[in-house]
Amino acid sequence: MKHLISIGDLDREDLERILETARALDGIEGNLPTLAGRFVVTLFYESSTRTSSSFDLAARRLSAGTTSIKASGSSVDKGESLKDTILTLAAYDPSAIVIRHPHIGAPLSVIRYSKAAVVNAGDGKHQHPTQALLDLYVMREAFGSYEGLHVAIVGDVLHSRVARSLIQALGLVRAHVTLVGPPSLLPRGVEGLGCEATSDIEALGSADCIYVLRMQRERMESAYVPSLREYTARWGITPERLRRGQKIMHPGPINRGVEIDSRVADSPDSLILEQVRAGLAVRMAVLHELLAADARVPESAVVA
Amino acid sequence: MTLVCKNGRSDSLVLEGRLVGDRCVTITVEEGVITQIEPKGSSRALLAPAFVDPHVHLRTPGREDEETIASGTAAAAAGGYCAILAMPNTDPVVDSAPVLRGLLAAARREASVPVGFMAAISRSLAGDQLTDMGELSDAGAAAFTDDGRPVRSAGLMRRALQYGVVTGSKLALHCEEPTLSGDGQVHEGAIAAELGLAGYPSIGESAMVERDLALAAYEERPIHLMHLSARESVEALEAAQARGVEATAEVTPHHLVRTDDAVRSLDPNLKMNPPLRAEEDRRALLDGLRSGVIGAVATDHAPHSREEKQAPFEAAPFGVTGLETSFAALYTHLVVPGLLPLETLLERMSAGPARAFELPEPRLEVGARANLVLLDLETEWTVTEAGFRSRSANSWLLGERLRGSVVQTVADGRIVHG
Repeated sequence: MKHLISIGDLDREDLERILETARALDGIEGNLPTLAGRFVVTLFYESSTRTSSSFDLAARRLSAGTTSIKASGSSVDKGESLKDTILTLAAYDPSAIVIRHPHIGAPLSVIRYSKAAVVNAGDGKHQHPTQALLDLYVMREAFGSYEGLHVAIVGDVLHSRVARSLIQALGLVRAHVTLVGPPSLLPRGVEGLGCEATSDIEALGSADCIYVLRMQRERMESAYVPSLREYTARWGITPERLRRGQKIMHPGPINRGVEIDSRVADSPDSLILEQVRAGLAVRMAVLHELLAADARVPESAVVA
Repeated sequence: MTLVCKNGRSDSLVLEGRLVGDRCVTITVEEGVITQIEPKGSSRALLAPAFVDPHVHLRTPGREDEETIASGTAAAAAGGYCAILAMPNTDPVVDSAPVLRGLLAAARREASVPVGFMAAISRSLAGDQLTDMGELSDAGAAAFTDDGRPVRSAGLMRRALQYGVVTGSKLALHCEEPTLSGDGQVHEGAIAAELGLAGYPSIGESAMVERDLALAAYEERPIHLMHLSARESVEALEAAQARGVEATAEVTPHHLVRTDDAVRSLDPNLKMNPPLRAEEDRRALLDGLRSGVIGAVATDHAPHSREEKQAPFEAAPFGVTGLETSFAALYTHLVVPGLLPLETLLERMSAGPARAFELPEPRLEVGARANLVLLDLETEWTVTEAGFRSRSANSWLLGERLRGSVVQTVADGRIVHG
């Protein structure tokens, strides 16, 4: 595997191997020498806290040199095209370029104009594959296996790259997926991705895990739902809508009181902070997979 | 309506080729007119009436870096065309007689193939106020269109149809209901759901097709529907034609050959408006073309600069080129596999579009102006960026191997290609 653009680039074996590597790397203290002498660029055209910091940290923990470029304050502000920015960065010969961009298809431009391994850290509403990998990592830890697992993904599926990657990843491990949300925010034809879709919040009942998507204010302006209040009343995740033992996940950042009630976000069944923690190990594993030549778990990690 | 090209002497020549049905003939052209057709010769090349493209963007004035009258008509000649109609969504827009006259004068100097210019329905294509359609018509407008955008207001569309009594010209309509197409980038369906690209639903086209057919019926005026993409649009058109509405339509090679499945590659050269749709839509378009409900193939040749088409899919502009690949693409994908008879394809690329816009039909008969194309149906070639006469290379076929090539084109009595 040369690049990670979409979960569609992976088969189940790839996914299991990356998560296995993540398990071996999880909790290791200190830096591993795996990528010593290599150079990783993170290029973020959209704001991000957890994704950009965890990629940066992941590269450092593998002893790679890193540089982080944000669209604001760079030549992008001066109108430089994506192509020219990539050509410029490629001149430094990075081993990997991690890119987040508001436009679907931007990571393909990075592949075209550089020789680096490319990791998609979110392209528009298309894909966010490392988020889905870390979500699966957390689910495996919480449930022990994907066997018979039923995940309900709740909210604005239409505009969510997280949902798209997660549906595909859960498909790879043959988990059962139900999408729940306002009819205007469930894309027409989404069942083609191998899931069910419903607007009935009661459908949460049979799920083992409730994956809550972020509800963005700008969706109100386009009249996808009449108001945030109406959204919260019908699809907000409150303790009353849950049964005991159902686990809660959310890719963050959360809107407390909108798509998720504070009592749910802070409950012992919430895995939200587990997701943040897993991000580091999983992103280390992805860089390891793409850049470490033999793609095996480093011995130091196994020993640890 | 006026079609113009470079002034110059007509050619005298002798052409040998096979007609559809395998008869070999030798055609003598003297000073641009077919004077003799004799049943002799042994050529394997196919001789046919040259093609007519009713939908071309020449990008002039305003974006001469993308296409000029010279480069666009050279591309047309290389594609086997003897006449093309150019769209008015230029900068400035062709919405006044001086702009139109300027283009016609430039075409007399530069165009290697006769070209007609459509004028805008509304000033600045803004959809608020009609252009001076009578004056534009007198100045030689080939037809009227706001192509690139719909005529949003049903009221303005009705006025434009009524005014057709004065101009005698047809309206060519880009059917799109903007509140349904929204910021849509690809056909709304499973592929859009998978890719996360905003969906442009079929009903975003067909709802407007229905509106315009209803208005045309009410005003009893003819209309031409451009670049149909959806099954529902073809059904609406067929029903309206059966009721006696005078409506013609065109379909592009890309909508006949590709579906939204191809967009999975996120190649910006597969991004156009209307978008590639589902397989059932493609089949309906092909059935419509075969039956004649859709009478014309049009390329919607839409050149874009390399810089603009190198952007990520979502940021790239809509539109693909097509003049130099249309015959080979349709021959390879529709005729060779037996989906469309060769004679039907030739008719829909030549007489069909000519009739839709009341242009003279290119004919293989003694006494007719020579508008001929000689086609080699055996040659295979690869579409490459370097191979175009067009200034732009945003072809949806780059890298593809096609069968069939244009050997020679005679337009308005002159050899313009080969």
